Amino acid sequence: MSPARNLAEPAAPARPLLSVAGLGKSYGGRIGCADVSFDLWPGEVLGIVGESGSGKSTLLGCLAGQLAPDRGQVIFDTAEGPQDTLTMSEPQRRRLMRGDWAFVHQNPRDGLRMGVSASGNVGERLMAVGARHYGDIRAEAADWLGRVEIAADRIDDRPRQFSGGMQQRLQIARNLVTNPRLVFMDEPTGGLDVSVQARLLDLLRGLVRQMGLSAIIVTHDLAVVRLLADRLMVMKDGRVIEQGLTDQVLDDPQAAYTQLLVSSVLQV
Amino acid sequence: MSPGDSDSPYNFAYLDEDTKRMIRRAILKGVAVPGYQVPFASREMPMPYGWGTGGVQVTAACLVPEDRLKVIDQGADDTTNAVSIRKFFERTAGIATTETTTEASLIQTRHRIPETPLTEDQILVYQVPIPEPLRFLEPRETETRKMHALEDYGLMHVKLYEDIARHGAIATSYAYPVRVGDRYVMDPSPIPKFDNPKLSDNAALQLFGAGREQRIYALPPYTKVVSLDFEDHPFQATKAEHDCDLCGASDSYLDEVILDDRGGRMFVCSDTDFCTRRRAAGHVGCLGEPA
Amino acid sequence: MIEVENLSKSFTLHNQGGVTIPVMQGAHLWVRPGEYVGLTGASGAGKSTLMRMIWGNYLSVSGRIRVGGLELTGAEPRQVLALRRRTLGYVSQFLRVIPRVPTLDVVAEPLLALGTAETEARDRAGALLARLNIPRRLWALSPTTFSGGEQQRVNLARGFVHRYPALLIDEPTASLDAANRAVVLALIAEAKAAGSAILGIFHDEAAREQVCDRLVDVGDFTPGAARPEGSAA
Repeated sequence: MSPARNLAEPAAPARPLLSVAGLGKSYGGRIGCADVSFDLWPGEVLGIVGESGSGKSTLLGCLAGQLAPDRGQVIFDTAEGPQDTLTMSEPQRRRLMRGDWAFVHQNPRDGLRMGVSASGNVGERLMAVGARHYGDIRAEAADWLGRVEIAADRIDDRPRQFSGGMQQRLQIARNLVTNPRLVFMDEPTGGLDVSVQARLLDLLRGLVRQMGLSAIIVTHDLAVVRLLADRLMVMKDGRVIEQGLTDQVLDDPQAAYTQLLVSSVLQV
Repeated sequence: MSPGDSDSPYNFAYLDEDTKRMIRRAILKGVAVPGYQVPFASREMPMPYGWGTGGVQVTAACLVPEDRLKVIDQGADDTTNAVSIRKFFERTAGIATTETTTEASLIQTRHRIPETPLTEDQILVYQVPIPEPLRFLEPRETETRKMHALEDYGLMHVKLYEDIARHGAIATSYAYPVRVGDRYVMDPSPIPKFDNPKLSDNAALQLFGAGREQRIYALPPYTKVVSLDFEDHPFQATKAEHDCDLCGASDSYLDEVILDDRGGRMFVCSDTDFCTRRRAAGHVGCLGEPA
Repeated sequence: MIEVENLSKSFTLHNQGGVTIPVMQGAHLWVRPGEYVGLTGASGAGKSTLMRMIWGNYLSVSGRIRVGGLELTGAEPRQVLALRRRTLGYVSQFLRVIPRVPTLDVVAEPLLALGTAETEARDRAGALLARLNIPRRLWALSPTTFSGGEQQRVNLARGFVHRYPALLIDEPTASLDAANRAVVLALIAEAKAAGSAILGIFHDEAAREQVCDRLVDVGDFTPGAARPEGSAA
């Protein structure tokens, strides 16, 4: 095999999956986030880091259609071509949220139906997009629960009988069952034991690779983005102050604030 | 007694004319958008919530002096709720009443649809405790309204899915959710799912009133109503596997009656008018005596 | 394959009075396919810094870097990532992995990222681990618990599991015994024969003689004479 082969870029995607321009939101006189612009390409994982109050959660909410920004564009490459998700109709946006998009909350209770069985939780998204065959829905749910390492004999248990790590894995299965193209994650490993975090990170990394997912991960944990994100955006006071390759931003930070952030961490 | 009859202590059918007009407007809107829950300004009625305040207001708004009213509670004309509502309208509207399904022009019902097929000249008014089929799955009213508006009904099937996962079959046996005219998902009130097929393509106008929840909805005559199900677990209208012990009917919904404390029991038609008329026609069940 | 032209680098420490420390100036080098170029120079001369700039986790201040036809300075992150997946490999001195992931999976990962089937990726990873004398009973364990020498061999396996057309190697034989050192040198020789362009740092002089085609002294690029005024360095 010749190393000279495969030098060319693999069939490069023609356009970004998500294209954000001039996004901003204020709460009264206070800036939530301002002047955020970036492109996310298919298969890329973007990390957004910053301290509490830096605007990263506001930004994620605006991107995922949960908050209404005051200005800017969030253009998503839908099946019918690029469209601004901020100006599309609510039914269209909901269709995106049920199919092409997924949102993994920090607290699994925000993303799960605690009174519904694990397989019902996973099946809901399938039923929401029209699946009406019980046997197929159940088989698909069981397959996904297996992929996130939830034992087959637990699929009819309710999430409140699960540990925190299991709940988070269930939430991930519930989100990925419809083969979304873009996953938003808000501190996906927050609130979990370090050992559980590691397993979850490995799981996420494998799924991102196997499914060719694009993802936007908000976290304050630099170790998490080091392992999961291809690219990094550093936020402070609602603005993006530095962005680039993850290891470049962490190993050779340019902005004063990023240098402080990186040097304040025990060990990344 | 008629509207404006100065001798009567009550306006015709208890409610004042403005209120009845308001309710009729809500009914018309409900008829125009089948299955859609129309909010209305429900009045205090001289009976407690849960005793049919919604149904009574809809009935009051529909009644004309020529009407003949039938009221049933779980199929029976002679139970407390049915008797008191019938008396209420006899007294406040002075209209004629009947226990015979075919003779009635307006039937108010709690939890049943009569076995005898209805006609285009009849109105069936349901008493509804909880009009929102999504309520127990999504408690936020703001959210359920949005879900209806956007036809976001995946959650409804989750409930049926859970039934099958837990019991091996859809265990919901009453208030079984339906889809109206391929659009709105509707709670048919707590009728047994045995009655669900009668909702569809019915010749009569069907009106639903929820007093405490302040909602009215409607099925115009001949509306397509489909019970939700799965391809591999199709909807089944079930009843007790028995014939009526009094009239021998094999196709009517049955009540189980305990006879003694040694396990003795019998099954009888829940629709008392239907049973009575069959016995009058000479049908006899295994415990019945010829009429 | 790897071209570096007039490259310079400095660090600005905003949180320590904003001092700027120049660490490299006018760096020039190239590596052709099938060639091994060794970097020499005293400790602190900037060998690792230069490697990291080529890898892309250090930004250059001026000059240009080209790897496999891609202009690295000013490239989009996704272009750099594609380059790292397919063309450019890096064996650093430190192993950085997700805790609790089995060694076999750690080594197979670069292949999986390229879309190789899982069984084939694992087979190739296993073959390489066996060759580097990592006992099979350790393959299912995470390398974070391994000794320094074992970790280094896992890191090497990860770097050689895919035949990168361009490879950066930082001290590959530093803590290895003679037998494993010979395996690593053989791996390097094979990669060269197959046409890989390799840039490496070797403190081990005997090894350097054995595999290096040319040497480049990084000391020539150290801005030693021109100390910045006011610098605390």
